[in-house]
Amino acid sequence: MGMRKVAIVGAGMTKFMRRAHETGKELSWEAAKIALDSCELTLDDIGCVVMGTAPDAFDNIHMKGDYLGDGAGAWRKPYIRGFVGGGTGVFVADQAWYHVASGLFDTCLVVAEEKMSSAMPHPQGNFITCWDMFTESPLGPSLLWFFAWEMNRYMHAHGITEREIAMVSVKNKKNAMDHPAAQLPAEITVEDVLNSEVMAWPVKRLDVSPTSDGAVALVYAAEHVAKRITDKPVWIEGVGWCLDTFYVGQRDLYYPKYVEYAARQAYDMAGIKEPSKEIDIAEPYDPFDYKELHNAEGLLLCGKGEAPKLLADGVTQRTGRQPWCPSGGALGVGNAIAATGLMKVAELFWQLRGEAGKRQVPGKPKKGVAQAWGDEMQVGTVIVLGI
Amino acid sequence: MSEKIKEFPGTPLSEKDIIEKKVLFTEWHPEFMWAWDTGIGYGRYFAELKKGRIIGTRCNKCRRVLLPARYFCEWCFRPVDEWVYLEDTGTVNTFSIAYTDWLARRIKKPRIPALVEIDGSGGVGIMHVLDEVDPKEVKIGMRVKAVWEPEEEREGAITDIKYWKPLKEE
Amino acid sequence: MFPKVAIVGIGYTPFRTITPDVSFREMVFEAASKAYEDAGVHPQEDIDSFVTCQDDFEHGRSIWNMQTPDNLGAVLKPIHTNCGDGILGLIDAYMQIKSGLRSIVAVETHSKASNVINRNHLIAHATDPIYNKPLNINPYFIAGMEMNRYLLETGTTKEQCALVVSKNKTNALFNPLAAYGEKITPKEVLDSEEMFSPLKRLDMSPMADGGIVMVLASEEKAKALTDKPIWIRGLGWCSEAPSLETREWGEAVYAKLAGEMAYRIAGIKHPRKQIDFAEVDDTFSYKEPQHMEALKLCRRGEAGSMIEEGATQRQGEFPINVSGGSLGVGFLVEATGPQRVLEVVLQLRGEAGRRQLPDVQVGLAQSWRGIPYASGAVMILSKE
Repeated sequence: MGMRKVAIVGAGMTKFMRRAHETGKELSWEAAKIALDSCELTLDDIGCVVMGTAPDAFDNIHMKGDYLGDGAGAWRKPYIRGFVGGGTGVFVADQAWYHVASGLFDTCLVVAEEKMSSAMPHPQGNFITCWDMFTESPLGPSLLWFFAWEMNRYMHAHGITEREIAMVSVKNKKNAMDHPAAQLPAEITVEDVLNSEVMAWPVKRLDVSPTSDGAVALVYAAEHVAKRITDKPVWIEGVGWCLDTFYVGQRDLYYPKYVEYAARQAYDMAGIKEPSKEIDIAEPYDPFDYKELHNAEGLLLCGKGEAPKLLADGVTQRTGRQPWCPSGGALGVGNAIAATGLMKVAELFWQLRGEAGKRQVPGKPKKGVAQAWGDEMQVGTVIVLGI
Repeated sequence: MSEKIKEFPGTPLSEKDIIEKKVLFTEWHPEFMWAWDTGIGYGRYFAELKKGRIIGTRCNKCRRVLLPARYFCEWCFRPVDEWVYLEDTGTVNTFSIAYTDWLARRIKKPRIPALVEIDGSGGVGIMHVLDEVDPKEVKIGMRVKAVWEPEEEREGAITDIKYWKPLKEE
Repeated sequence: MFPKVAIVGIGYTPFRTITPDVSFREMVFEAASKAYEDAGVHPQEDIDSFVTCQDDFEHGRSIWNMQTPDNLGAVLKPIHTNCGDGILGLIDAYMQIKSGLRSIVAVETHSKASNVINRNHLIAHATDPIYNKPLNINPYFIAGMEMNRYLLETGTTKEQCALVVSKNKTNALFNPLAAYGEKITPKEVLDSEEMFSPLKRLDMSPMADGGIVMVLASEEKAKALTDKPIWIRGLGWCSEAPSLETREWGEAVYAKLAGEMAYRIAGIKHPRKQIDFAEVDDTFSYKEPQHMEALKLCRRGEAGSMIEEGATQRQGEFPINVSGGSLGVGFLVEATGPQRVLEVVLQLRGEAGRRQLPDVQVGLAQSWRGIPYASGAVMILSKE
């Protein structure tokens, strides 16, 4: 298609924590510094900065993007903050791509940050203002309602059980034990998940990822620059994003159509025709365990309703044919919303270069897909990477 | 280079650190107020709710009912063609049983939020809550009917419908 | 390889102090319908991607983005939100097209400022929570402080700033879209109530509601869709230090750097000669001369006299803010920048009615994010 080739050449992140001492600016700085150091660049080498951070209500600063600017290295630089709710982490990875692909810049620093712990008494409270202010917020909805509805609908549509879904939590928390920045790595069993406190049936405590503070950063470079910096650039081969209608009653929650549409954009661009066969690693967004399955189906990694079988057969384990969330995902590493999305992209970066340490997926993977999701459960953002 | 990064930075704090004031922090209680214009679509929707009726709109091009009532069809991107009254009965499309509230605190009596497909709309749902039903009895596909606030207490808001209860059909 | 990009469609609602008859969704629908009609496109079939610009707290939502697609006809299409000024949305669309990813992109911004009951609290909420919020002062003091420093460093006078107010509000009388046109003298400005010294009440733009949607297209599509494409020649954007304690107060560095980037891309070495007119941010009266200097439309310290000489009047040698600026049109929050771009497009197309400037080929639009931040963007547009 004649598009400029862009690669990821460096990555960095902070620990993901329930509450960090560091301010949002400091978290951004830490991640950005590591990312720059990892490819031996300085801020002077960076042409522009893209920031991804989810609801302002968490850090509780209006115009949060501008506030975090200096922490993200955007002092006196072109700086944009993209925001698509929970899908932000992967969306800004896409947005940074077109910053460089447009030819305006040769390098870009992407930072994703979240400081949810500022919100008291509990960050979840911020979501009461995410619904329709006229027809929904007056009912006092909890964010969990939506996930519970979707999980219920998904189970009902395909006859999937809570037991089958719980295995995702077990897998991801175990994967996270090998991630040095993870917040909640643990060896748990399916019984632990099934017996955990029911918060909003069918959602139970261990089905849910924790709220987190954390930041991740990536360095992008155009082809001619990337090749000078590293002999293992990870190319961005496909980008896509899509948003469904805001009116929840007009769509069926059992399948994320918008993820499929976003995935198709990315796969078309990358020339991938059969993702279930051609993708080596996937990092679908997993804020809740059933979401990994739901999103993976949207990513066309298997047919509708078939994800639980792949999981049960071991296909999606780290040693399986197509590992899903080898990082440990949001469930294991932590759900610092936007930072989690970018963490998944960083994970693919490390995996494809063979640098993921104990989490390394065997067999020299070549192509990966990362995906994030959010808003009123209507946005899908996808990126395809290849080496 | 995750294996090359020696130490991931970050200083975790515990809830105790905050409560016992071991770290410096500031508190801010913002006071915000918004008065949102309901506009044409929602304005009529709420006016009808006050009268004890549910109203939607219809786009004759794609032949859909839009609910809550809206002024334009988002698919055809044109103004809708007519207002259409709907029933106050429906079918449960999906539901949950919530044991925690929106601040993540446990509540004594569980709430049952649901998406209720309104009769007459061709399967379009609105968000609301169920009551007067044992949580264990709630099923996807259950038939329900709206229970309204008394006329003099209705304000022109979604809460003019108190909740939905099981509908016993012959 | 990198196609040129043009604005091929514009749509807008008139800017008014309040708009109680429509919800923001209906307002955006109106602006979008007009823009799509102007461009001759249908959102589902022809437009590849959409960009909106809004911050969550403007509407009191946590995650504004979810409410966007339906109002633009963008359901199940790529659409995202930038939390920033509206010109950044146009720049974002430009990059999507330049990269080859898209051919046609729509950009939306709107203001429902009338729905925010206590704006001061909102702006205060944007200040640093540790260093600034605890001071508990009305945040507009930041503009007062900046004006004070700017006047000191450049020798620009309060009287010259008052001339800006008079010029812009008078210009707005010829703009049917403007909410605050009035014939006002500099003396009346100086006699108005002192708010945040040296800012007087009439030095500050009042708020307005309204929506603006624009459609951008690649060169190939633009030529097929319209015979009046307005080309984006140059663009730049920059964020200066967010913290009050470490930023430049007297100079609008963000505008200077954004301008430099835009001039470089457009190949402009002498802005005063190579550009015919400009729409710059004038949220507060002193911002106009400050931005004029930052954009090198005159030397530092000379904006005041340029204004006094009448060079920036509608019939002057270098008209600035013929639309009325924010002082005359109303401050439209994130739609402020696009309102400037809108004026440039209307002028270049020859559709500016009574305020039409004769023989204009190249125009500049500039935006500022507003207090308490120091970031902004610049866009240079031309007929050819």
